[in-house]
Parts: sequence; structure tokens; C-alpha cells
Amino acid sequence: MRLRAMGVVAAMTIPLLAAGCGGSKNDTATTDNPSAKAATGELVIWADDKRAAALKPFADKFGTENGVTVKIQAISKDQQTTFVTASQQGSGPDVMVGAHDWIGNLVQNGAIDPVQLSADQKAGIAENALKAVTFNGQTYGVPYATENIALIRNTELAPEAPATIEDLVSAGQKLKTEKKASEILSLQVGQTGDAYHLYPLYASAGGYLFGTSANGDYNAKDLGVGNPASVAAFKKIATLGEKGSGALKRSITSDNSISTFTGKKSAFLISGPWAITDIKKAGIKYDITPVPAFAGGKPATPFLGVQTFYVASKGKNKALAQEFVTNYVTTPDLAVALYNAEPRPPALTAAFDQVKGSDPDLAKWQDAGKNAIPLPAIPEMAAIWDPFGKAEAAIIGGADPAKTIEAAGKTISGSIK
Amino acid sequence: MTTQLGGPVTRALPAPDNDEPPERNTGLTGRIVKIVLLGLVVAIAIWAAFPLVANEAWIGLGILVATTAVLLWLYLTPRHIPAKYLAPGTVLLIAFQIFPVLYTASTAFTNYGDGHRGNKDEAVVAIESASVTQVPGSLQYALSVATTGNPATGPLVFLITDPVSKQVSAGDADGLKKIDDATVSSSGKVTAADGYTILNAGQASLRSKEITDLAVPVDGGAIRSSGLSRAYEGKAGRAYDKACDCVRDTTTGKTWTADESLGAFVAADGERLAQGWKVGVGFSNFTRVVTDRSISGPFLSTLVWNFAFALGSTGGTFILGMLVALALHSKKVRGRNVYRLLLVLPYAMPAFAMLLVWRDMFNTDFGLINNLFGLHVNWMGETGTARLAVLLVQLWLGYPYMFLVTTGALQAIPAELSEASRIDGAGAWQSFRRIVLPLLMVALTPLLISSFAFNFNNFNAIYLTTEGGPFPADNPMNGATDLLITYTYRLAFGGSGAQYGYAAAISIFIFMIVGVVSAIAFRRTRAQEEVYA
Repeated sequence: MRLRAMGVVAAMTIPLLAAGCGGSKNDTATTDNPSAKAATGELVIWADDKRAAALKPFADKFGTENGVTVKIQAISKDQQTTFVTASQQGSGPDVMVGAHDWIGNLVQNGAIDPVQLSADQKAGIAENALKAVTFNGQTYGVPYATENIALIRNTELAPEAPATIEDLVSAGQKLKTEKKASEILSLQVGQTGDAYHLYPLYASAGGYLFGTSANGDYNAKDLGVGNPASVAAFKKIATLGEKGSGALKRSITSDNSISTFTGKKSAFLISGPWAITDIKKAGIKYDITPVPAFAGGKPATPFLGVQTFYVASKGKNKALAQEFVTNYVTTPDLAVALYNAEPRPPALTAAFDQVKGSDPDLAKWQDAGKNAIPLPAIPEMAAIWDPFGKAEAAIIGGADPAKTIEAAGKTISGSIK
Repeated sequence: MTTQLGGPVTRALPAPDNDEPPERNTGLTGRIVKIVLLGLVVAIAIWAAFPLVANEAWIGLGILVATTAVLLWLYLTPRHIPAKYLAPGTVLLIAFQIFPVLYTASTAFTNYGDGHRGNKDEAVVAIESASVTQVPGSLQYALSVATTGNPATGPLVFLITDPVSKQVSAGDADGLKKIDDATVSSSGKVTAADGYTILNAGQASLRSKEITDLAVPVDGGAIRSSGLSRAYEGKAGRAYDKACDCVRDTTTGKTWTADESLGAFVAADGERLAQGWKVGVGFSNFTRVVTDRSISGPFLSTLVWNFAFALGSTGGTFILGMLVALALHSKKVRGRNVYRLLLVLPYAMPAFAMLLVWRDMFNTDFGLINNLFGLHVNWMGETGTARLAVLLVQLWLGYPYMFLVTTGALQAIPAELSEASRIDGAGAWQSFRRIVLPLLMVALTPLLISSFAFNFNNFNAIYLTTEGGPFPADNPMNGATDLLITYTYRLAFGGSGAQYGYAAAISIFIFMIVGVVSAIAFRRTRAQEEVYA
């Protein structure tokens, strides 16, 4: 009898599974009961944990003003993959919040729709942020915040901002010999490298990832990794590596780079706005300046990342989603609230002006990012990160720059096809 | 679940020649439980049926109805007792084992992945809607969504206000006509117009699809909505042409023809549109695995290390766990329970977090291990040390499990056997080697095999510590500590987005390797059991 009862329990799961089987063959929608929603429309927004909390009051306000229900769902991990998969199955949101470099992949999977902004709205958004969300001549989403990396320095250990990387290294080495710090610079590398954080130095040394075509879009056919310019760039970077001055080390990782700085082991940190909360908590006097270039090199341009609101192609309520994204996200109040949730410079100029008085760092971030180039949003960029990072780690560890970066270039072009 | 739930099972099998089995002595509680559980089965079936109906998934619905009906029939009739026992297990086997394997196998023959997720219609929709741009130099209008009939069902009309002339027009699928008697707010939106009912946002959002689909034809394009309060004049840059099965650019006239073998629209010059669809590609994923030099080249060394890792993890933890268990099995040890409790601790901590902690402890400059021993070893940077490091971490994480199971198995071995062997003159080692170990192995070998199979595919152990590294400078795709599973994960998801079809093909190869190893191992165990049991 006991076994039989358990059998029935087990049996209960079967219809569920059968539903699952059916769903994987056919595109399943979420169980939406039409009668429950008959009274009002519903807008579903997905964001990461922090932004979901900040969005809540505004979503409620939008809901009350328009007589609709707005649901915010926090997606804590793998937002992009979750979004693409859920969209395809018909259980995705109407509005998605995420980074602009997803655009290429989201477009090729038919997951997002372009938005049509008016000239006034476009004028209110920082120019480089707008450029970042433009893909194949279309605007895909409304940017609300930008981020770029900069040089953060401990002003007690290093009162002067270094003009060049060479200055930074000698200042760091001096602190090291005086036993005031144990590291020259804290820039995350790790065993597998970090292309995003290395990029300013790579660009300053003359390297590039993708060339641009005439209209300013990235051209995937012109791969810069593995060509002679990249070899020259990595030869320069190698002089900062473990066999060189030791400013770049594989032992500094994404997990300890900020704590190395807040623990006063290093006077210099190359990182982004997300590091500031910890630095303030540690009570360190700091200043933010652009990442210095190699002496006589090109400018050390960081990547610009843009946080964006997207309209999901397969959302159930696209008209309302378009309304929310194009006509509501473009108002400064929301951007200010999102800034308060996490201090990244707002992309709306009106919102930026509103908060810059209370936060002196903002203008410095913007200054550090004024030459920043938007992170390539083309799908081919996915092929760069891993091989480029590993080549970086190997070269910093002392491997031959030419051989290593050429092999990385081959791997990348092989997977781009 | 306690035995109170049901009465005793009166009979295991129905009487041989009995058409109407007598009412069974099922207790009242048992009957209630049965009714509740079967009721739940039906409830869940009905709940699951809604989305299936909504998606017109008739095959899925058929399976659902058939399964539920068979289950109800099976458990409501007193016959077919053996089937009552077998049904749940069989269904779960199909759902959790056979279906995933078949699904993986069927995916392996497709190009399913980024850019090829949906069907062709979805790709066409994506291409067309991505190509709609605002007509250069055209205006943006204030928009009110209205209807000439019932707000929920009446035909939709766009009431738009020209921002310059303030002229209000009403537009539907037939075109635009001017209207004069409209009230316009300061923002330019029409708030009232004779003969039209303005929809509020709530009403409009319920008809979202109709609104986004409505295009009011005008010269040079069509007026479309941008949300619920603005409209723009847009023009689709690309359109699908059924006659040539191609996508045509409306301005340049360039065409991309559908290629059903690739699942993409391809132009004559080889340019491919990004939005593709899922198609069957036959064995090409499999041939790619076999012929790709970046796979076949380092495959053998990865396989050898994979075996070494799985054997080392399993063997190391087993030996250490067994030694500790043997030591604590002796009654001479005082405070055995305290020791046992402490030894189990690593097992009680989440492996996920511990792997990350261990990775940081192996850091060259800041790691505990180098600092403690005054070393300057780049543990994760050299092949040998990285392999040693992951095996050490595995040892620490895994030995408590082996300690637990060995302790259990040791306690099941009758003490008389050891005593008897001692009386016969065997030493401690001989007694262990000849009596205890063989009996232990009978109990533990199946566990060791499953532990081996688990470690053979222990993705986290590598991915959270070394990420497969260190990598040779000239090959970023294959590292010294890569297992087949981490290696293939990188091949399938590390390059150009997710390639599920390819990943499925590789996982079938891994499945075959693990399957063969396990089959051989189990065969040997059976032989061993025959010897010792």
C-alpha cells in the first residue's frame, strides 16, 4: 500500500512532464489565463537584481498612470542567455534591461525590436551612448547609463596622476622599493586574461580588435587580432608583464584586483564605477583620471559599455513595451533612480546634469571615457574574448608575443568563419 | 510516508481464476490518500493542458491525455498489480532518461544554436521588422489609438496629429483621412473626436498585437505606432518574396535566397543574413567533431588526462577515506564520534564555494598556500602544478564521502570474520588484505564506478578552479587540465555563441566513452561478486 501511494505520487509528475515534452517540441507560452488579465494589460520587465529593485517604484507609477499592471522580475544570472531562450519559448518578458553589446546576438536570434526615437529624444541622449545602441543603422533600445574604466589612484600614496604608463610604472616601483606598496598596479588579468580591462593599453600600443567600415560600423572581416599591429602592441604589453616590470601579473584576478587596491597593496587600480563602493567603504582617498597611454603611443581608449532597455520581439505586449521604453525611460527621473541604485553615469544628459552636482566622480568618469569606443556589439565579438584573454595571460606570463597572438588570431578567425 | 497511510498489502497477486477480485481491505486513510493523489494527477493534467491547447500542441496533448487516462485506469481498477508497481518507474525512466537522450540525439542532427533558434517564418518576421526604418526627413506624430466601435473588439484607428500644421487625421489599413472636429491636448494628442472612442493605455495594451501590426499606408511608406503615444512614418527596407523564396532589399534590389541546407538567406556574393532558422544538417556536426584538427589534435592527450583525473580523484579519495575509516573503526580510538563529525565537515560545505576558495588559496602572490610555505609557485600557471592542485582539491572535497561509505561498509562486516582469521594466525595486514578489503570492495565497487563516472564529467571541479588552464601559448582552445566536458563546452559555447547542435553531437561522443568504460567496469564487478559473494 505504501509503495502504491508512492507510485501515485510519482505518477502525479507525469502529466507535468508530458506537458514539458510537448513544450520542448512546440513553442510553449507561459500559462497565461486570459480571464485573469481581461481587465488590464500587463507589462513584464526583466532586469538584474539591483536594477529590478530600483525600477520597482517607477514601474508601479507607470502602471498606475496607464492603468496597467507592471511586473518586474529579477534575473540574477546569465541574463542574456536566459532572455534569448525564454523569448524563443514564448515565456520571455516584454522589456529587457541589459548591456548594449548583447545587441548583435539578440538581433540574430530575433529577440529584440528596433525603437524609433524622435529627434528630440535622440538629442537628449549622450552621443556615444546612442552610437553604441545603433546596429546596422537601427537604434535597438534606449540607453540609460554608461560605464568605462579609468585609472583610480590612492592620492595618499600617489599624489600626482601619472601622465604615461611609464610614469605609472616608475611611481609604482618607487612605492614598492619604499615598501609602501607591494604591487605596481592592480589590473585584473588572472590565468585566462581579461580583454575588457586590457583594452586601453592594447589600443594605446596600437592594436585593434575589428576595423570599422565606412559608415562607422564594426567590420567583422577586418580582424585586428594576430596582425602585425597586434604583435607590436603585445610586445609593448609584455614589457609590463611578469618577465618585464611586473606591473601586470596573472595573480591579480577579477576577485582580488579591487581588494588589492583597498588593502593599500597597490596605489593604482584600473577599474570601473562598480569599484567605487568598496573604495569608499575602505575609506581610501582616491582620484579618477583617464587610463594613461604609453609614452608616444596612441590614446588609451577604454571600452564604453551602455546599459540599455530593450523591447522584446516576442513579448506579448509590444505596444506597451514600446511606450514604456521610448516614452518613459527617456525621462530623467528614472535614470536618476537607477543611478542611485548603482552609481554609473546616466546616459540621459538631463539626468547626468541633475546628479553631477552631488557626485564629483561623475565628471571624472565621463572625462576618462570621452574617447571611449563602444564595445563592439557584433555577434563575432563573442569569438574574441576567450582566445584574446588567454593570449594576454600567456604573454604577461612570458610567452612569445608574436607566436601567441598569431595563434589567437587564427583561433578567432576560425570560429568567425 | 509512514505505514499508517495504508493497510497491509493483502495479496501480491490476484487469484488465478477470478474475474471479479473481491474488494480489498484498504483502510480509510489509504483510500483518502489515493483519492487525493489521483485528484492531484487530474488537476495537474488539466493545468498542463491549457498551454498545450493554447499552442495547438496536439501531439503533446494526446500524450498527456493518454498518460493520465492509463494511470487512472491502472490505479482505479484492482487488476494489473505488477503494472501498478512498474508504471511510475517506467514513466520516470522515459521522462528523465530516454527522452533527454533522444532529444539530445535529435538536436545533434540540427544546426540549433544562436542565429538558428526558431523556424523560417520567425526568421522572416525578424528580418522584416528589423528593417523598418523611419523615412528620412519624415515627421513623428502624436498618436492616440482609437476605435469606431467597442474598445475591446472594434476596428482600430490611429488618430495622429501633425506636429507642424496641427492637422488631425484618422488612419487605418486603408489609408489616412483628415478629420476636423477633434479635441487636441497641449502635447498634441487627440483626447476626443466625434465618432471615435479613444482607448486608454490599459485597453490599448490588450490589443497590443493589432496595434503593432497596423500600418497606415501613405506615400513612400506607412505610419506605424511607436508605443501608444507616438507614430512615425516607417518603411520596411527588406521584404520576403514568396515567389523566389528570397528576401529583397526594397531600395537596392539585392536578394538573399533561402538556403534550406544552411537555414539562412544567402546572397549571390555569399553574404548571409544573421537571422537564420533551425534545419536538419544530417551528420555534419559529427563529421565536424571527427575532422576538425583543433579537436582531433589534442583529443588524445585530453582523454588521457581525463582518465587520470577521474582515476586520481576517485582512487585518491577512496584510499584516504578508507584509511581514515579504518583508523577510526578501531575501538581503541577515543572520541571517535567527534573525529567523525570533524571529518565530514568538508563534505557538508557547498563544493561550489569551496572550489572558488581553493582557487584563491593557490594564487601565486596572495594565496594562502604560497604564503604559508614561503613558496612562489604559480600553481595554476604550470601544467604539472595545476594538475596536482586540482587533484588536491578533489581529494579534500571527496574523501569525506569515501570515509562515510567505507565506515558504513566496515560496520556491516561481521567482526567474527576478522577474529576467526586472527585465530587462524593471520596478522593485521593479512586479515585486512584477505578478509576485510575483498568484502569492502564488493560493497563499494559500484560506488567507485559511479564516482568515476561522475568525476569523468566533473565540470565544476575544473571550470571553477583552473578553467581548463594553463593553456599553451599557441592554442587557447585546449588547456592542460581540460576534461573532455570543459573542452567541449568551450568548443560549443566559447567561440561564436551557443551551438547546441554541435554540443549535442560532442556530448554523444562523451556518452559513448563513459558508457563503454562503465559497461566494462560493471562486468568486472559482477565477476568479482561471483568470486567473493
